[in-house]
Amino acid sequence: MWEILAQPFVDFDFMQRALVGCVAISIGATPVGVFLMLRRMSLTGDAMAHAILPGAAVGYLVAGLSLGAMTVGGLIAGMTVALLAGFVTRVTALREDASLAAFYLISLALGLLILSIRGSNVDLMHVLFGTVLALDDAALILLCSIASITVFALAVLFRPLVLECVDPQFLRSVSGLSAMTHFTFLALVVLNLVGGFHALGTLMAVGIMILPAAAARFWAQSIGALIAIAISVAMLSSLSGLLLSYHFSLPSGPAIILVAGFAYVLSLFFGPVGGLAVQAFPRRVLEA
Amino acid sequence: MPTRRALLTSAAALALSLAAPAGALSDRPIQVVATFSILGDMVKRIGGEHVAVTTIVGANGDAHVYQPTPADARVVSEAQILVVNGLQFEGWMDRLIDASGFRGVRVVATDGIEPIIFGGAFDPHAWQSLGNAVAYVDNITAALAKADPVNAADFHRNRAAYVTEIEMLDAEIRDIVASLPDDCRTVVTSHDAFQYFGREYGLEFVAPQGLSTESEASARDVARLILQIRERGIRAIFIENVADRRLQKQIADETGALIGGTLYPDALSGTNGPAATYLDMMRHNATTLARVLIPQGS
Repeated sequence: MWEILAQPFVDFDFMQRALVGCVAISIGATPVGVFLMLRRMSLTGDAMAHAILPGAAVGYLVAGLSLGAMTVGGLIAGMTVALLAGFVTRVTALREDASLAAFYLISLALGLLILSIRGSNVDLMHVLFGTVLALDDAALILLCSIASITVFALAVLFRPLVLECVDPQFLRSVSGLSAMTHFTFLALVVLNLVGGFHALGTLMAVGIMILPAAAARFWAQSIGALIAIAISVAMLSSLSGLLLSYHFSLPSGPAIILVAGFAYVLSLFFGPVGGLAVQAFPRRVLEA
Repeated sequence: MPTRRALLTSAAALALSLAAPAGALSDRPIQVVATFSILGDMVKRIGGEHVAVTTIVGANGDAHVYQPTPADARVVSEAQILVVNGLQFEGWMDRLIDASGFRGVRVVATDGIEPIIFGGAFDPHAWQSLGNAVAYVDNITAALAKADPVNAADFHRNRAAYVTEIEMLDAEIRDIVASLPDDCRTVVTSHDAFQYFGREYGLEFVAPQGLSTESEASARDVARLILQIRERGIRAIFIENVADRRLQKQIADETGALIGGTLYPDALSGTNGPAATYLDMMRHNATTLARVLIPQGS
């Protein structure tokens, strides 16, 4: 047992780094995912991921394979889209989903255009997405910084964020903090997606943000418990995904996300809070 | 009616007169499209001034995962000869040919070589053996001579000079590899592009990724490679001009191996780089390997 679970991490430095990176992204991205879910913005994560790509690509074209340039480029693109979409939502009748979709599509198209004009033949998907197996010191520091910033910001913004989830109109009417909270939160989404690209090495970085949060929904009701369960699910998925990748020779990023997806499906069936089993046999579960 | 018929015949005559000079007049270069830089370089050497070569995937580009553009389709549609590597190297090529309405001659450069089967598929990197390069050159020469019989003598003269150079370099590389001790012949690279080189010259190449640059490495592949490096005391890892270098750096850090230099598997460097032509590329790869593989003090 010990050999299966721990030996890979004892023997190989790259496995330890992969685990540290995944733990960092679990701590940072998952609570953000919980708030996304509570605010019915789960698909926003995916839209933002697409909005970030062009910025990261332009960063790569300007400065080469530099973690800093790609991160800054992604942040700028993501925040521009988030700010513009948020602004349009707040001053016009257009709903958030529509304005966000519009701006992320513009960003994506613009990015592809710039890339084609610059005419690089190197496959950008490989450059933009790191792999969890090749996290160097710079990438680890970036991931841990993102996690720290996220936890700190969420702690500061916890109350207004919860209010925004429950009753956004109320918060907007009693406090000027509403807009600030909203945009800081979107900044955290972008930041964690950029981190997720480096850590998981695929567009599915959104998965580690959303899937554990969705799974946690079937196990708890209070926000604190949701976050705690979601983080645990994310960490366990990372650990099992890495071990599966190690023992069965599977690509690591997809393996991690698939384990998280499996956790979600299990929760969907057997979770005590509104899971399918509870709905089908309410009394038996209550007796047990 | 007569006016219409006259119009049609004159239009047909015009079309013929426009189409005819392309092949018939020897002073107009043959329009050749090569899928990637190595083929382009070979066509230039053989065709000389009689061909105008366009290369779709340029220097330092990754032809495994290239996505063609409309400009490529236009270039292909106007080409008289299209030179492809074959062995499923350019997976995007068939779609491009269909889409562009290409009506010229398609030359498969690897025709007649003995392919390596690797992981259930053909290993397309056949140019990594200079013996195969002669087959490439012969296939290209035959196609050019057929398309432009007037200048066929020039093509055959260029071919002869080129093949002499290829054979000299082949001998040179055999000498270089022969000077390596038997236990210093394992090389770690980022994707398995050097199986032909290894088979031809007696080196063993191992890589964390599969055959193509498209596949993602699994933790097991990386772990196995690290163990291999530790057990065999492999001292150097080589990076490639087209692949992601982060993984090799990680492996080098973990095993204490050196980054031995940049190898050029699938694409030439720019004109100022160390692998501006096919022959330069092969020489550069061999000397880069030898410099690191030869134990210190000898």
